[in-house]
Amino acid sequence: MLTINLAILLPFLAALFILLFLRRFRRFHIGWFVLIIPAILFALLLRQIPNIANGKTLIHQINWIPSFDINFISYLDGLSLVFGLLITGIGTLVVLYSIYYLSTEQSLVHFYIYLLLFMGSMLGVVFSDHLMVLYVFWELTSISSFLLIAYWYQRKGSRYGAKKALHITVLGGFAMLIGFLMLYVVTGTFSIREIIETIHLYKDHSLMTPMIIFILLGAFTKSAQFPFHIWLPDAMEAPTPISAYLHSATMVKAGIYVVARFTPVFGGEALWFWLVSSIGLLTLFWGSFTAIRQTDLKALLAYSTISQLGLIMTLFGIGSLSLHPDIHVESVLYTQAVFAALFHLVNHSTFKGTLFMVIGIIDYQIGTRDLRRLGGLISFMPISFTIAMIGSFSMAGLPPFNGFLSKEMFFTAILHLKDFDFFSIQTFAGIFPVVAWIASVFTFIYSMMIVFQTFFGPYKEQPGVEAKEASFGMLIPPVTLSALVVLIFFFPNILGDYVIKPAVLSVYPGVTNEMIGSISLWHGFNKELLMTIGIIILGIILYIYRTYFKKVYIAFPRNISFDTLYNNALEFTDRLAKGITNFYMTGYLRHYVMYIFLFFIIVLGGSLYYLGAFTFSLNNDQPVHPFVWMIASTIVIAGMTIFFAKTRLTAILVNGYIGFAIAMLFVLFRAPDLALTQLVVETVTTALFLLCFYFLPEWEKTKVVRKVKMTNIVISISVGTIFTLIALSVKSGKLFRSISAYFENADELAGGKNIVNTILGDFRAFDTMLEVIVLFIAGIGVYTLIKYTNNKGVEKLEDK
Amino acid sequence: METVIIIVAGVLVTVATYLLLSKNLIRVILGTAILTHAVHLLLMAMGGFKGESVPIISDKHTTYVDALPQALILTSIVISFAVTAFFLVLAYQVYKRTNTDDLSKLRGYRHE
Repeated sequence: MLTINLAILLPFLAALFILLFLRRFRRFHIGWFVLIIPAILFALLLRQIPNIANGKTLIHQINWIPSFDINFISYLDGLSLVFGLLITGIGTLVVLYSIYYLSTEQSLVHFYIYLLLFMGSMLGVVFSDHLMVLYVFWELTSISSFLLIAYWYQRKGSRYGAKKALHITVLGGFAMLIGFLMLYVVTGTFSIREIIETIHLYKDHSLMTPMIIFILLGAFTKSAQFPFHIWLPDAMEAPTPISAYLHSATMVKAGIYVVARFTPVFGGEALWFWLVSSIGLLTLFWGSFTAIRQTDLKALLAYSTISQLGLIMTLFGIGSLSLHPDIHVESVLYTQAVFAALFHLVNHSTFKGTLFMVIGIIDYQIGTRDLRRLGGLISFMPISFTIAMIGSFSMAGLPPFNGFLSKEMFFTAILHLKDFDFFSIQTFAGIFPVVAWIASVFTFIYSMMIVFQTFFGPYKEQPGVEAKEASFGMLIPPVTLSALVVLIFFFPNILGDYVIKPAVLSVYPGVTNEMIGSISLWHGFNKELLMTIGIIILGIILYIYRTYFKKVYIAFPRNISFDTLYNNALEFTDRLAKGITNFYMTGYLRHYVMYIFLFFIIVLGGSLYYLGAFTFSLNNDQPVHPFVWMIASTIVIAGMTIFFAKTRLTAILVNGYIGFAIAMLFVLFRAPDLALTQLVVETVTTALFLLCFYFLPEWEKTKVVRKVKMTNIVISISVGTIFTLIALSVKSGKLFRSISAYFENADELAGGKNIVNTILGDFRAFDTMLEVIVLFIAGIGVYTLIKYTNNKGVEKLEDK
Repeated sequence: METVIIIVAGVLVTVATYLLLSKNLIRVILGTAILTHAVHLLLMAMGGFKGESVPIISDKHTTYVDALPQALILTSIVISFAVTAFFLVLAYQVYKRTNTDDLSKLRGYRHE
């Protein structure tokens, strides 16, 4: 039996398999192998439907980092099942479609590895119970989306779109991480199930407001809600299968998933309701309004996706009301809003997937997707026309397609908002239906534009292109999806009862199965139907006179937009970063060394002073040997001499003196090995210095600016002082017993009488060996530097 | 005795810091060499000077000077020698190529 954990891992394993084994087969289309993965997962999830519909849930736990309370818990309930089915089901069709869309000449290895990476992380997002695991997968979807948008990285637009999507979604991801951490601070657990159980205890917590805002920021950026929607149209640079999959059916719905998942946590909060429903409504309106303006079919679909996501968001906002503590009787009505939301979510994936694939076909066959250059394709591409019509009419909310049903339910929910008498909703309840209705008119218009401007009117021949129907394989996926669009309309309750009801139940833990109604095709002549009829009439009128209507857009100039804001912000950040870097990366060694010393003085010295860590005592001191007095004082004098040394010879000799004096000190400290080594090394070092002295020029009498000199002196004295203070404090307070006693068994353990030698040659022999390697590397460095006579570097410097 | 050695090391650190901040290449290298000396003295002082005898086991003595700092310093002396040698050759090459040992003139490229 395949567990849910394994289901998440399977796409990643497949990606690894491609990388290791399949990359060599250039002529084999890897898509056929990839196709198996979502198909298997889809079948497995289908088998879970009866279990989930009976109210069961599946949990699997693997301890990942138990010490930080981070565990890999996967959780399958009604809500995650809906998303899981979408991810794997649409995924199967998209992979099948991509096999015909991309030829083996393109870099398929990259494409499918990114795609599998996305599929795995998206499944991870919806199946994770642990907030941190969810977050990791969440960011992984952003990254794989980035990689897929930039698939044709040679194009400037692709790179721009990929970067934009990454900036905005990762920014939101960080906000969401902050929100999750706050949630952990408040509830003390990372598990979503446990949070839902205990959240009622913390409703008055002061972190509640920022928490809601941060988590919603994550959801809104991912689901392209106003004003973060600007990344989605630019993401259309991706290959069409990707646009259909990530940027319409699955990834952009991750934000909606988070809103749904957290509805039991935050539902009933005024802020949650207002943010989710009003931003959703604004997005619904703005997306549909802007879509009409587009001439690129994919951009049009992008704005339409934005608008539809707004619609689903609004419904979740309304649905959250039924968790208000003072609501009992009416709650059924608002749960219906969530039902409608999930229903529309599925419907949107079917009809939007269809449309994207059809537009991909048009682009593939005709070579353009510009509305101004398309027309009259109906006689050449009858099948494409049929499925495009099904998709568009469903999107417009017309019967007999599934979009009609969910649109009606949307109107029902939004019309009943006025019955709710908290949060001063009644004041604004009138606006909601009006805005929603206007947005639906726009939706109708752009849906008609897709069908009629592409397939009707005079045929505009593209140079060198012969219009003909797409190949059979390419048509299978959109035909399947459009068949679903129709089937769901006629048998909505199969989907409703087995898939959507369990999902609603997992959003509302307290609600029972019987409280949720089922979908009916005919409600009688009620307000909702009248609204739809109104949409059709006004929509047709506006569509016919759209050239006049489009003059409205003159009021919204293109240079004042959120896109411009984003571009300017990006440019500003670039310049700011450059400015800051240029400010401190001066290219002077002196400055860099100074930063280190200043850090040492201020942070280390400051914090030790602040903590009162400086102590001083003479208790442990040994009496000072008279020779030590003598040698120590000469070292100090020699050190001072270097300060004032005028010639380099003096400085080198004084340095040599210090080295030999320290060798003398080693003798007094009873360290014969050290004294010997120091003597030899110091001799060679001095000789080396003198050799360099021979090649390098005499010190010039440079005029050092007084201020610079004073700064240097102040810094060096401070560093010396703090160094001394720290050393004295360490010496005064011995915290641990010396471990050296261990080495005094040298004779028995290592068979040597000289303890220092046994440490180097036996106890720590590996260290010594590596030390020899360091010496060897330094030797190679010295040798190459002397032998290296390539003159390229010289020329470069002179060019400056 | 530890206090005296630490103070000597402190003075050496001051000198080394001053040299590191100067713009002459040789001075900077001298600074690193002197800094190493200071660290050796510090290590020695941290170990303490309690024992009576050199760390060579014999029947005559029972207490020995702490051998661990000595082993550390021995390693450090050798490594610092290697580093100094490398620095000096580097300085030689830099001068040969650029005709200057003034660090303020060796700033590479502005926009790299």
